[in-house]
Amino acid sequence: MFFQDIVFWVLAVVVIGAALGVVVVRDLFRAALLLALVFVVVAGFFVLMSAEFLAVVQVLIYVGAISILFIFAVMLTRDVRQGNLPNRLQIPAVLLPALLLAALVVVAVTTDWRPIPDAQQERVDLVQTRSVSIVSEDTLDRVGVSTADEREKVREAGLADLLIRDFVLPFEAVSVLLLAALIGALALARGRGS
Amino acid sequence: MSLESMLIVAAILFCIGLYGALARRNVIAVLMSIELMFNAVNLNLVAVARYVAPRGIQENIASVLTGQVFAVFIITVAAAEIALGLGIVFAMYRSAATVDLTEATQLRN
Repeated sequence: MFFQDIVFWVLAVVVIGAALGVVVVRDLFRAALLLALVFVVVAGFFVLMSAEFLAVVQVLIYVGAISILFIFAVMLTRDVRQGNLPNRLQIPAVLLPALLLAALVVVAVTTDWRPIPDAQQERVDLVQTRSVSIVSEDTLDRVGVSTADEREKVREAGLADLLIRDFVLPFEAVSVLLLAALIGALALARGRGS
Repeated sequence: MSLESMLIVAAILFCIGLYGALARRNVIAVLMSIELMFNAVNLNLVAVARYVAPRGIQENIASVLTGQVFAVFIITVAAAEIALGLGIVFAMYRSAATVDLTEATQLRN
């Protein structure tokens, strides 16, 4: 637990510093690299919070694809010299996030969250860490899942199962959205004349 | 490491992203700030899924995964958004030879 706390605070300091760098640094290329660092650190947070599948997805999609896209965009538009200029809205642009941050912190601290009961913590960890529904009898015994009915439930609970069972409609909608975005991006990037 | 500290870190990340989206002139910098906000929201969702007991936890253990499912959807939407956003940036750069938001006035009048 103590080790996790240390990792958490190190990651927190790195992510806030890198995020500040992204919005403050004038050289856009460096900002893009700092953004990749933010993505990696967020993947670290996901591992800390037993969301391993999301951490892998984060590294694949954000670090692998989106950062590269940003770096391409920075290089292709050649405004690196001019850089990351601020606009004329500095005061409202600082005030609004500051107010929002204050409100969010107050809500996070004062709300009475209902934590997961200690007896179920290991079971929840097991369910959240897995993304497919294969789990051995020994593991189930260790987290105290003994009856056949309970075993069935824990076995069935997986991210992939949930995606194609309870959330199948949004899943399909997102697939169509991705396809539409792909075609739209192609049409936009290709231009009218060529 | 607790739910509150995780939520506060995500809130700080979100507000930095919001500041960047409001205060920058370069379109690419604004898109980067929007990605920061998406990541903060994902952190929030996963943290709440990790620490807070959902209503149906006794009947259905799979309900503790709902936050992660939402995060998967947000990652997908963010990828679509960034592909389209950069497509628009390239189109704008080709027609106006700039990526400065204050000069993006072609739609005026």
